[in-house]
Amino acid sequence: MFKPKNILGTNGLLKEDIEIILDTADSFKEISTRSIKKVPTLRGKTLINLFFEPSTRTRASFEIAGKRLSADVINISGSTSSAAKGENLIDTVRNLEAMQPDIMVVRHSHSGAAEMISQFINCPVINAGDGFHEHPTQALLDLQTIREANGGLEGLNVAIVGDIAHSRVVRSNIYAMKTMGMNIKLVGPPTMIPIEIENMGVSVSYYLEDAVRDMDIIMMLRIQTERQNEYLLSSLREYSNLYCLTSKALEKAKDDVLIFHPGPVNRGIEIALDVMESRKSFILNQVTNGVAVRMALMYLLLGGSDDNNN
Amino acid sequence: MTTIIKNGRVIDPFNSLDTQKDILIDKGKILAIQSPGKITISEMEKPLIINAEGCVVSPGFIDMHVHFREPGFEYKETIESGCQSAAAGGFTSVAIMPNTNPVNDNRSVTELILSQAQAKGIVRVYAIGAITQGLSGNRLSEMAELKDAGAIAFSDDGRPVMNNELMRRAFEYSKMFKLPLIQHSEILDLTHGGCMNEGAVSTELGLKGMPSEAEDIMVYRDIALLEKTGGRLHVAHISSGKSVDLVRQAKAQGLPVTCEVAPHHFILTDEAVRGYDTNTKMSPPLRSANDVKYIKEGLRDGTIDIIATDHAPHDLADKQVEYQNACFGIVGLETALPLTLKLVDEGIFSLSDAIKKLTSSPADIFNLNSGNLSLGQQADIVVFDPNIKYKVDKSKFHSKSKNSPFDGWEVKGKVIHTLVSGKVVYSNIPN
Amino acid sequence: MEFPLTTVVFNAKDISRAITRITHEILEKNKGASNLALVGIRTRGVALAQRIKNKINSIENTEVDFGILDITLYRDDLGSGKFNTVVEKTNISFPLDGKKIVLIDDVLFTGRTIRSAIDALIDFGRPSIIQLGVLIDRGHRELPIRPDYVGKNIPTSKDNRVQVLLREEDGVDEVRITDN
Repeated sequence: MFKPKNILGTNGLLKEDIEIILDTADSFKEISTRSIKKVPTLRGKTLINLFFEPSTRTRASFEIAGKRLSADVINISGSTSSAAKGENLIDTVRNLEAMQPDIMVVRHSHSGAAEMISQFINCPVINAGDGFHEHPTQALLDLQTIREANGGLEGLNVAIVGDIAHSRVVRSNIYAMKTMGMNIKLVGPPTMIPIEIENMGVSVSYYLEDAVRDMDIIMMLRIQTERQNEYLLSSLREYSNLYCLTSKALEKAKDDVLIFHPGPVNRGIEIALDVMESRKSFILNQVTNGVAVRMALMYLLLGGSDDNNN
Repeated sequence: MTTIIKNGRVIDPFNSLDTQKDILIDKGKILAIQSPGKITISEMEKPLIINAEGCVVSPGFIDMHVHFREPGFEYKETIESGCQSAAAGGFTSVAIMPNTNPVNDNRSVTELILSQAQAKGIVRVYAIGAITQGLSGNRLSEMAELKDAGAIAFSDDGRPVMNNELMRRAFEYSKMFKLPLIQHSEILDLTHGGCMNEGAVSTELGLKGMPSEAEDIMVYRDIALLEKTGGRLHVAHISSGKSVDLVRQAKAQGLPVTCEVAPHHFILTDEAVRGYDTNTKMSPPLRSANDVKYIKEGLRDGTIDIIATDHAPHDLADKQVEYQNACFGIVGLETALPLTLKLVDEGIFSLSDAIKKLTSSPADIFNLNSGNLSLGQQADIVVFDPNIKYKVDKSKFHSKSKNSPFDGWEVKGKVIHTLVSGKVVYSNIPN
Repeated sequence: MEFPLTTVVFNAKDISRAITRITHEILEKNKGASNLALVGIRTRGVALAQRIKNKINSIENTEVDFGILDITLYRDDLGSGKFNTVVEKTNISFPLDGKKIVLIDDVLFTGRTIRSAIDALIDFGRPSIIQLGVLIDRGHRELPIRPDYVGKNIPTSKDNRVQVLLREEDGVDEVRITDN
């Protein structure tokens, strides 16, 4: 029985929950291969995509997921500037609640926003990313992709490379992967490794070679140019020299290593072009699985027991 | 009106008193303190009898760090509501920080505050003047005028004085007036954009941290400057273990440094931020368990001189927002007593020592004619029951604002009566 | 008719004979196996459909197309909490357009499962005809659905429980009816 009432993060998801999600997602993948890519499961249900941070791909993924389940999907964009005049977050959410949505997907640039919103709204909430805190659907689709390629998850070695401090993908992956028995190594410049992250049960290195050797999966993160202004980076050129995943860097890697990136990729800075095109790159698989995982979550949150829907 | 407080356990640290006594008050002053039952007055006087059986009777508490948002932010708190909150918390004197709007950097605002407090006649109010004009950190305020208008210290709280040269000159200038400078110690460069303590919890929660070094570095700077210039430094709301140690060393060297701690910094750690309740957001932030350990040690060995709440009322509109956007600060006047008593129960210090940090010590540091129960002294007294158990209910707070993380907590220790100049300004006789 | 406790109403031999008869009826009605496809409804409809497929192969020496349908996503009682929400894989790998489909299920009751199955099939394509074969018809239809091929008609009361056990899934071939 799938117990969670919201998906605010992977922190707290049990192994059984994750397995149910991945198994369900496997079944949903097949729907996207049909010529009529629709099932009537969530017919008549209203899904609101509340995105306070701009995002084309994640929002499109949730939209497609909802529509393939026959739900009515509404996309709403908001501003997160605290200086912006107008409705604050709680008022926006309360107004939307009054329109009785069945499920809400929220992305916000402030950590903790999803948790806050779920306190003010009755329907299930899926966190599509809150600040630097969590991005659970990304971690789940990453697990799905790994499981598909490897057959299992337990004991695999994963390296995550890049701006660890500002990455919600990292945190969600750490919680989820540790629950499934995987080993994680974080790699990045010292300025981008947050204090005491080893407490989360991971190892840390500043050198790309440690992200390549003995790893089953290498996950590259996006680097944002704004970080230069925060004194965290000297230049993108130097970052790329140190951390770009090139064919040369991959020479020391296992033959069956998988390459991941949550997207969008800064070509040539995070991953070299030829590596992106190679058979080791599972970036597009991640995207396909994204739709299936999101369909699975919507189904599980609404389809389970009647306690979800008042 | 003559008043007798009977059968209480009188604790007056200033006079090293801790015993059962009755107290006689007349014309607003303490007339006599005698063994129970020994006070005799003529029938004609018809005194008000306050039964303090089972209670502690001590000098009214003094809070050297409150924010009453008048003028400018009256929707959060007014001088009147703030004073009522103080009285309910057992405080008979408070010192108001100058970050009002307009800032208290001139005579007019000081006089407004003091006259308003006088008119409401609830508790004694002192004004703290700004160190810099408009709290801009650019120019010294007119300290002479502020002192003349009644200011008892200077501070730019909630901002630090960042400019090193200016801080040096502020110490030098203030020497003339023999008043302490109260510093909100925070190197803003290091905390920019932060909203909680930097540590394992901030890493997990994905919130930008404010490292404790930001406090330590400024404390160190101020002590170093003080050594050169003379003057007096009082470190506001100390929260970092390292800073406590710096103050300890400075005192050992004989430097005129004092400091205060707020109850939330010895009760909560940064773990309380999990769940993103904005009532755990304040500056300086809740720190690590290790820092709290050092704070308690500092209270025990006397390095930390006084307890001051940093009562910072904020409206729901300011707090019911994303953590990053929420205002810093919580109210504290009405929870200070039970939280302080928790440390007494833990054995950190004695009840008498706890009361000292709320009465005679602040009076001594800031030269206030208060904080003790000497004969002839104005009768600023609190009667409290240290044993009553109850649940904190913020809806019953007298403050206009209810931003407290302690709502719903099971605590012990309640104020029964508060008297200012012999007049009962707060009464809460339990059923 | 009320059944005391649990009664076995169909044993392994009965089931085997029923399947043989149903297979012959299918071939007769459709005049052979050409353009025919079997779709089993999860879970036990699949095993039954597989047996029928094998039988057709031994009679007509033809491999008919075979599909598996999971109708969980087409149910009309999602959110009721009354069923296990695990979704299994649907596998219909052949084109449906113009085909003669025989849907196979173990028990026909209210007819709602079959309604869901028809909706699902139509999302996959446009069969020329859809027929229905069931091992047990227990009555109490709530929708206008009728089977083309039936193993046995068993009148029951609504609170009886009808259990079909098949060796592929349960290790034994049996149909049991339980009082509540």
